[in-house]
Amino acid sequence: MKRLIALFLLVAFPLRAEVDITPVTSESGLTAWLVEERSIPFVALELIFAGGATIESDAQAGAVILMTALLEEGAGDLDAQAFAARTEELAARISFSSGRDSVSVSVRFLTEDAEAVIDHLRLALTEPRFDESAIERVRGQVLASLRRENLDPNTLASRAFARAAFGAHPYGRETNGTPETVAALDRAALLDAHQGAIARDRVFIGAAGDIAPEELSALLDRLFEGIPETGAPIPDHAEFLAGPGLDIIPFDGPQSVVAFGHDGIARDDPDFLTAFVVNEVFGGGRFGTRLMRSLREERGLTYGIGAFLSSGALGESYQGRLSTDNANVEIVIELLREEWARIARDGITAEELDRIQTYLTGAYPLRFDGNSSIASIMASMQYQGFDQDYVNIRNDLIRALTLEDVNAMAARLYDPEALFFVVVGQPVGLN
Amino acid sequence: MFARSLFVAALMVVSSFAAAKASPVTHATLDNGLEIVVIEDRRAPVVVHMVWYPVGAADEPPLQSGIAHFLEHLMFKGTDTQAPGEFSAVVEANGGRDNAFTSWDYTGYFQRVASDRLALMMEMEADRMQNLSFTDAEWLPERDVILEERGQVLESRVGAQFNEALLAALFKSHPYGVPIIGWRHEMETLTDEMAMDFYAAHYGPNNAILVIAGDVDTAEALALAETHYGPIPANPAITPVIRPSEPPHLAERRLVMEDARVGNPYVNRVYLVPPRRSGDQAQAAALQMLAALLGGSATTSVLERQLNFDEGIALSAWASYMGMMRDYGMFMMGITPVEGVSLDEAEAAMDRVFAEFLENGVDLEQFERVRRQIRASEIYALDDTQSRARQYGTGLSIGLSVEDVDGWIDALEAVTPEDVIAAGRDLLDRRASVTGHLTRPQTTEVN
Repeated sequence: MKRLIALFLLVAFPLRAEVDITPVTSESGLTAWLVEERSIPFVALELIFAGGATIESDAQAGAVILMTALLEEGAGDLDAQAFAARTEELAARISFSSGRDSVSVSVRFLTEDAEAVIDHLRLALTEPRFDESAIERVRGQVLASLRRENLDPNTLASRAFARAAFGAHPYGRETNGTPETVAALDRAALLDAHQGAIARDRVFIGAAGDIAPEELSALLDRLFEGIPETGAPIPDHAEFLAGPGLDIIPFDGPQSVVAFGHDGIARDDPDFLTAFVVNEVFGGGRFGTRLMRSLREERGLTYGIGAFLSSGALGESYQGRLSTDNANVEIVIELLREEWARIARDGITAEELDRIQTYLTGAYPLRFDGNSSIASIMASMQYQGFDQDYVNIRNDLIRALTLEDVNAMAARLYDPEALFFVVVGQPVGLN
Repeated sequence: MFARSLFVAALMVVSSFAAAKASPVTHATLDNGLEIVVIEDRRAPVVVHMVWYPVGAADEPPLQSGIAHFLEHLMFKGTDTQAPGEFSAVVEANGGRDNAFTSWDYTGYFQRVASDRLALMMEMEADRMQNLSFTDAEWLPERDVILEERGQVLESRVGAQFNEALLAALFKSHPYGVPIIGWRHEMETLTDEMAMDFYAAHYGPNNAILVIAGDVDTAEALALAETHYGPIPANPAITPVIRPSEPPHLAERRLVMEDARVGNPYVNRVYLVPPRRSGDQAQAAALQMLAALLGGSATTSVLERQLNFDEGIALSAWASYMGMMRDYGMFMMGITPVEGVSLDEAEAAMDRVFAEFLENGVDLEQFERVRRQIRASEIYALDDTQSRARQYGTGLSIGLSVEDVDGWIDALEAVTPEDVIAAGRDLLDRRASVTGHLTRPQTTEVN
């Protein structure tokens, strides 16, 4: 590191996230965060409905995913073809997506078409047709993607980890359903999933672009006309159940996928941000983390390795992933155990803390780089329970962390004795 | 209130499209040959700094496939004055992100940082343009990394291996048939010396394009570029690389790949077609419109509507055009059938629908919708500065001019329905194509 130190000394950060958030409350009581940006004539709107696949029963696993995929397959008097053609005429970009914890709607529309696009979107959210022909077609696509997932080592590893971690809780099951449950879903199940997932009591709204607060407010009331007040109950917290050990799932291929981890930190834990900072040093999915340095840069054992705090609305874990040649799995697991023990015992260094504070505080403003990203950040901040001024104080909170703070967290978070591994592949030398 | 009259709305369209085109892009060249593109977008205090070398995997010497990509990795391993990994560490210490990418035609390096860090990025990038230096302790493990990369992104994904096989069959002579990451048996023999030879032969200001996009003043950005890149002498070793070209294609190619990891069998066909050419993008624009009409929407495009919605024999069907290539473009068309429909039947249905499309002509309503979306995409694109920077970087790297890149939307708008049909008839020649069937082994029972 010849010149490194000198360059670090040159660094100073005038930057803050220059994001001017306007909270908007509509006449009917919907709240949204808006960032006005008038230079490009379009608006990005993001809706997050909490709940997602966790609201469905075991027998109907996959209902929310299938329902969400069907929202753009016809609504009101428009069948799937007519609905898509109308979206194209309006030159709007509408995407519906769903996952374990939420259903999301991302929309971009040209300013001059705002009302027409909102009417079109309302049709999808309030009057989806769920035509039998559409159900069968999309069911076929979901089943096909399940077949692909069943042959994908990464999916197999994630599923096995989730099952061991959360058992019978919805977090332990397959978000997309199984071939059996998806095959059994009928129109009534989809209507149920729709009623349960799309409701005012669980929506978080972000917007950015060429629109004034009062215009947004009126549009939101227009959009939510006919959307029910309450949805289906969301389950309780999931306990992390997986004990230490190693599961091997035989899979043919040159490499093994390794999933590893243990219990994590709740996202409303007062020290969550501290855990986030520690993980950024250890395994945050960039070059220069301890895991990347040890396994990739020094030894060439993998193309990439990352660890992440998987802190969902209902439960948490701390996990990592990598792919490596089958012959390397044994040494990789040994190295992971060593790195785990080292950070639990010694924590991170003052230099590592200094560097990560500089990086994280400098990188934060770069996230707010366009209407689409800003709208999505506005919705997800509310969903995750942050205050509006978090944007402005977040960097101060990171700068205020001391070495004692982060190393107390390292000792709390990392438990080498608790590590649970799932290996999908043909690892050499393990049993 | 938000309601606007239709008349006002119509006026708005004109002004907004005009505004979209007014966004300033500047093109300049330094005395040492470095080309510069500056794109101003002052909305957020962020800048993207990119250096593109118009040299890539299609320029590799024999027996050294993968060397362009290996060099890309090694460019992070230090210079005469920078320690291994220092480049990324400094970017990170400044709150930025950096990465790099390699294609057949170009190799690019970029950083995304706060706009007041631009000079530092230039200083470091200019340094590694001329002073790359590393030891065995860096390059030996990095060769294992690229082998692991091949294992992860290619050999563990049957679809990627299938594409590799398709291109190897399509190109009889031109190096687009060799995978960018390289063939494993050749990658295993790559050395530091080969990488340094490739670097010495191709890297230098007279073979590079600098793209700066974001929160910068154009004049200041150009002055900074002159300060940091201006003093680098042109590299006299750089000479135009002559690539092999394709002989006439007289025989259609067909291949079958079987693998137990195939979830859903499918058919994919790749045609050799013209790429976007400087000063003459009309053919490419017609191919792009053809792809949009045949496969641009998962619902309303011709192949999806007919094969998935009306006949119910496809899970999905697609068409796409890759025109941002220096020597040859590619047009792809394919179908994943539903269970119970064989790949032969699926391919025949795809061919039938394509033939009917050529016979019956373009649906004018669909054509208008596609045009409307193209115009809107110009506005949406302004929201993503990094992607705009990539458009210019790619374009200039493959031999287009800034005017060609700027003129692409106009070229698309100039395409008529007749042009689309003519492109489908004249430019998609089965003799210059490969058709592949990816399927599970006949003997294995899955599900």
